Amino acid sequence: MPAAVRAYLAHERVILGTLMVLLLLIAWEGLERGWWADALRPLLGDSAQRLRLKPIFISSPTLIAAAAFRMFFVTGEIWRDLAWSSAGYLLGLVLAVAIGIPLGLAGGWYRRLSYAVQPFLAALNATPQVAFLPLIIIWVGTGLSERVLIIFLLAVLPLAINAHAAVRTTDPRLIKVAGSFGASEWQLFRTIILPSSVPFLLAGLRLAIGRGMIGVVVGEIYGSAAGLGAMINQAGARFQTDRVFVGVLTIVAAGVILVEVVQRIERRVEIWRTPA
Amino acid sequence: MIAKLEAQDVRLDYLQPRSNSQLRALAGIDLKVMDGEFVSIVGPSGCGKTTFLSVVDGLIPASAGRILVDGRVVTKPGPDRAVVFQDASLLPWRTVLGNVRYGLECLKVGAREAKERATHFINLVGLSGFEDHYPYELSGGMQQRVNLARALVVDPKILLMDEPFASLDAQTREVMQEELLQIWLKAKKTVLFVTHQIDEAIYLSDRVIVFSGRPGRVKQSIPVTIERPRRLAVKREAHFHGIEDAIWSLIEEDVRAERNQVTLT
Ligand SMILES: Nc1ncnc2c1ncn2[C@@H]1O[C@H](COP(=O)(O)OP(=O)(O)OP(=O)(O)O)[C@@H](O)[C@H]1O
Ligand SMILES: [Mg+2]
Repeated sequence: MPAAVRAYLAHERVILGTLMVLLLLIAWEGLERGWWADALRPLLGDSAQRLRLKPIFISSPTLIAAAAFRMFFVTGEIWRDLAWSSAGYLLGLVLAVAIGIPLGLAGGWYRRLSYAVQPFLAALNATPQVAFLPLIIIWVGTGLSERVLIIFLLAVLPLAINAHAAVRTTDPRLIKVAGSFGASEWQLFRTIILPSSVPFLLAGLRLAIGRGMIGVVVGEIYGSAAGLGAMINQAGARFQTDRVFVGVLTIVAAGVILVEVVQRIERRVEIWRTPA
Repeated sequence: MIAKLEAQDVRLDYLQPRSNSQLRALAGIDLKVMDGEFVSIVGPSGCGKTTFLSVVDGLIPASAGRILVDGRVVTKPGPDRAVVFQDASLLPWRTVLGNVRYGLECLKVGAREAKERATHFINLVGLSGFEDHYPYELSGGMQQRVNLARALVVDPKILLMDEPFASLDAQTREVMQEELLQIWLKAKKTVLFVTHQIDEAIYLSDRVIVFSGRPGRVKQSIPVTIERPRRLAVKREAHFHGIEDAIWSLIEEDVRAERNQVTLT
């Protein structure tokens, strides 16, 4: 096998992924600059002009990069939005973890509690939670608590549901082992239920991270003074497409980084798993 | 003299939630095991051997009848009994050392002492050097030896062993059998040992209990009068084969009866 092919195969995942992203960026840039319209004109005639899109409509990678550079390093305006949104996001997520996981674990453990909260969880699960936004605003007004609440509402379900499932699917043989050694209920929970739940809990956290991001955007639609969501909304209303993209991509990047962190923790915690 | 362990007319019905009916697994087991006695249970698959051990351990409450240890009724697991489970049932997120130490943690034994005792039994079952390995890194036989060490380490007076050597190769099995006899002799334990291997039951035991097919009953109790210490060579003596044949024919009856039932229905 030639060395070049070997080098390609060794990094196939990275190379293919990067290549696809690059292709997309070039195609996009070409739409805004009219490269494709010019190139295809001899073939398609005037209808090729449809491939020339207005920057206000589609923006372009270079325009977005320029806007991002301005917003991050020249005016620095985005840092305030970032801090503002992060505060609400982290509070909402922490609250969801602090309530959702214990609630789910307890529900999996105590059958009665599970019966009691089941109707609420089922209803909440079946509704798009953003439908509660008007109610939340009526109750707490717009502001930090509104944003925290909607993020909490979005993030709490996967955490609670996964924690619940984790307890219910604990290997009964291991529960027997604990019982045989006379483990107390607390010991059973700490030595069997909790460790076997960890993979479920981390998977739930990954889902919650993504869903919480929805809350960042919708929570800032109404009357928010700052924040990435508000910035996206305002820029959108003024057709500042490049700014909209900067906001969206910043949220995407934050989500990807957080999920990556959780995945690292997962790999750390699960060294005892049979490598697939 | 009161028995170390006694089962009085122990019955067990499993509730089958899907059909909401009862499945009778044990139909009145009467059994006395004396202090320091080594008793094996053999019987056709599904006759309730594992179920019986679980009832004796206190993991499953008997539907009727009772279990006595030293003349006292027991209803839940205690440090006087420990089980070597049929499937190793190791905690996959714990290393060998962590698994063996598990019972001691439940008994709140100090970390230092727990580690010492655990290490001793890990050596005893021939796994020194594997203390920091996770169960998925061990062969089936090695996992089973961890299972054995985990039960031994809490120093129970009564050992309940459910086919502990079933997944071992022939050589390791014989080594383990001898180890077990040594431990039993030295530590004066009372052992209830379930196995499918009749020669293993005879070689190890003072008495072999033959269970009938499901629902389980004590069909016969056969004393093994071979003198101890027993060398491996006794397995080739005529007397040994005599007992083996007697047990075989007892079990065979039930296996045949069950198969006929299946073909009839
Ligand atoms: N948890 C359970 N729920 C319902 N029925 C059960 C349960 N466990 C076992 N049984 C039934 O009880 C009977 C006895 O099972 P048990 O596991 O005690 O048999 P065994 O003698 O140990 O068999 P083997 O030699 O194959 O291990 C079987 O017919 C089985 O179907
Ligand atoms: Mg069994």
